[in-house]
Amino acid sequence: MAQAINVEDLNIYYGDFLAVEDVTVTLQPRSVTALIGPSGCGKSTFLRTLNRMHEVIPGAYAKGSVEIEGSDIYGPGVDPVNVRRRVGMVFQKPNPFPTMSIKDNVLAGVKLNNKRISRSASEELVETSLKGANLWEEVKDRLDKPGLGLSGGQQQRLCIARAIAVKPEVILMDEPCSALDPISTLAIEDLIHEMKQDFTIVIVTHNMQQASRVSDRTGFFNIAGTGKPGHLIEIDETEKMFTNPSNSQTEDYISGRFG
Amino acid sequence: MSTPAAADPASTAPEQDPAQSPEPGGSKAVAGRRSKRRPGDMIFTGLSVGSGLLIFVTLALVAIFLTVRSIPAIRDSKELGGGPDAISLWSFAAPLVFGTVFAALLALIMAVPVSIGIALFISHFAPRRLATPLGFMIDLLAAVPSVVFGLWGGVWLVPKMQPLYELLNTYVGWFPLFGGDPSTPMRNLATASIVLAVMILPIITAVSREVFLQTPRLQEEAALALGATRWEMIRAVVLPFGRSGVVSASMLGLGRALGETMAVLMVLSPGATFSLHILEVGQHNTIAANIASQSAEATPDVMARLIFTGLVLFVITFVINALARAIVSRSAKS
Ligand SMILES: Nc1ncnc2c1ncn2[C@@H]1O[C@H](COP(=O)(O)OP(=O)(O)OP(=O)(O)O)[C@@H](O)[C@H]1O
Ligand SMILES: [Mg+2]
Repeated sequence: MAQAINVEDLNIYYGDFLAVEDVTVTLQPRSVTALIGPSGCGKSTFLRTLNRMHEVIPGAYAKGSVEIEGSDIYGPGVDPVNVRRRVGMVFQKPNPFPTMSIKDNVLAGVKLNNKRISRSASEELVETSLKGANLWEEVKDRLDKPGLGLSGGQQQRLCIARAIAVKPEVILMDEPCSALDPISTLAIEDLIHEMKQDFTIVIVTHNMQQASRVSDRTGFFNIAGTGKPGHLIEIDETEKMFTNPSNSQTEDYISGRFG
Repeated sequence: MSTPAAADPASTAPEQDPAQSPEPGGSKAVAGRRSKRRPGDMIFTGLSVGSGLLIFVTLALVAIFLTVRSIPAIRDSKELGGGPDAISLWSFAAPLVFGTVFAALLALIMAVPVSIGIALFISHFAPRRLATPLGFMIDLLAAVPSVVFGLWGGVWLVPKMQPLYELLNTYVGWFPLFGGDPSTPMRNLATASIVLAVMILPIITAVSREVFLQTPRLQEEAALALGATRWEMIRAVVLPFGRSGVVSASMLGLGRALGETMAVLMVLSPGATFSLHILEVGQHNTIAANIASQSAEATPDVMARLIFTGLVLFVITFVINALARAIVSRSAKS
């Protein structure tokens, strides 16, 4: 299920503005890769090019190639819709569908993809997805209640359940805990740990403890200055990145000597 | 934020400016003194309360006028035991009410889907280069006077629709709406409804577009990230989000269609039946068009009857608006 992602010579533009320059990297399957770096260095931008979500923004485009399971998601004739079914995404702010119940939220992706699904199969999918997101015990008695009635942390786990329900190969998370309290954050970090058995996970975070807690590898992005493109400075085993990085910029950043 | 201070005034009092001291009644007195010191505030308050009252008074005056002046018609009607040769108010007003509501509903049925389509196109499909001028054009359409629509409908549209009506009547004539025996020129309710539909299209489109544009971006991205196509995203997120807005926009349109006068007057050749055959000529009329065509040479008792139909129209639009509000506030809650 989980697949490696090979990124080669990726340049990302917003109109004329080059936001991220020359990223070449391999993201390992069945592992968690954390992306850190100062604000505005292009972490979110890079993350969104991994499932072509940047194309939602008018004028945004990417050059280069991103291969998942050997096929380029930017290849000719590749439908971004199909890419997004294989590469799921969890956003910074929990965003369950407000008009849907908890159950319908979990099933939303499956129903959108127009798959016909029997009642028993859908009940099973709801249960496994919610269990996969460590939310089942908390909501199993109120599956028909609106998703918005949950706490922020529960909503975020509902969004994770929704993302894993479509059985993607990769899950991208853009600061998934930044709107949550410490307890909910820990719950999600535990969840990420369990999820890497099945998925390739890429997570953007500003919290370096979080990066060191959840990730196997960490990548550091930086920019030379405003208006300059972001670069992937270094990517390595998380332990090495936080104890003995090879690049001095990385060392400055993680030791708080940035800027 | 303000609750702790209110719950424990003693602790915050020493730090506060003496003018805001929380002694009993103090804050009220302060507020009162302040607003007296600012003439601008007073003038503005006076103006806004005054105009609020003015609207209320005007509405009441209109209602009173309609009621009082239609009393003779009600009193002398056959239903309330007028003389043996009294005219039945029911048989006078009911076909008009039927025609009015029928025409407005037909217009709504035609206009709403088209409006939603245009609004979605402008808000979610068209490139910005195209969306802006298109939105502008729709707004312009709203500014065209209804006489112009009436002229266009009566002179241009009526003959143009004739072949289609004949086809419908021949092949789908078993369906009540298209049955009957249409004769030329086809100044029928169908054409009148089309003109009404064109007239209410801009308002429904404009309001719907505004609501669709307000769909939270995060919701849209949630759907897209799940692998939704654009249309699936619209179905899952944009339409549910915009539903109450579309309902209220449609009700606005319905209100306008119910009261529209000139377009109907200039297109429809009138009648007074409860016929469902919208292609047949001389079967229907609307309250507003009837009042406009009759009032100039009306005798006092005819006038009273016309005013009575005006009262009915007033009540209908009132009820429609109340209904719209109820629907909107209910869907806002859920
Ligand atoms: N929609 C957009 N249109 C134009 N430029 C954008 C857009 N989104 C981001 N940018 C620019 O791209 C660069 C990278 O932004 P991005 O959001 O990827 O940074 P980030 O590393 O995620 O920052 P943060 O940590 O604050 O989330 C910034 O210079 C930003 O101004
Ligand atoms: Mg970001």
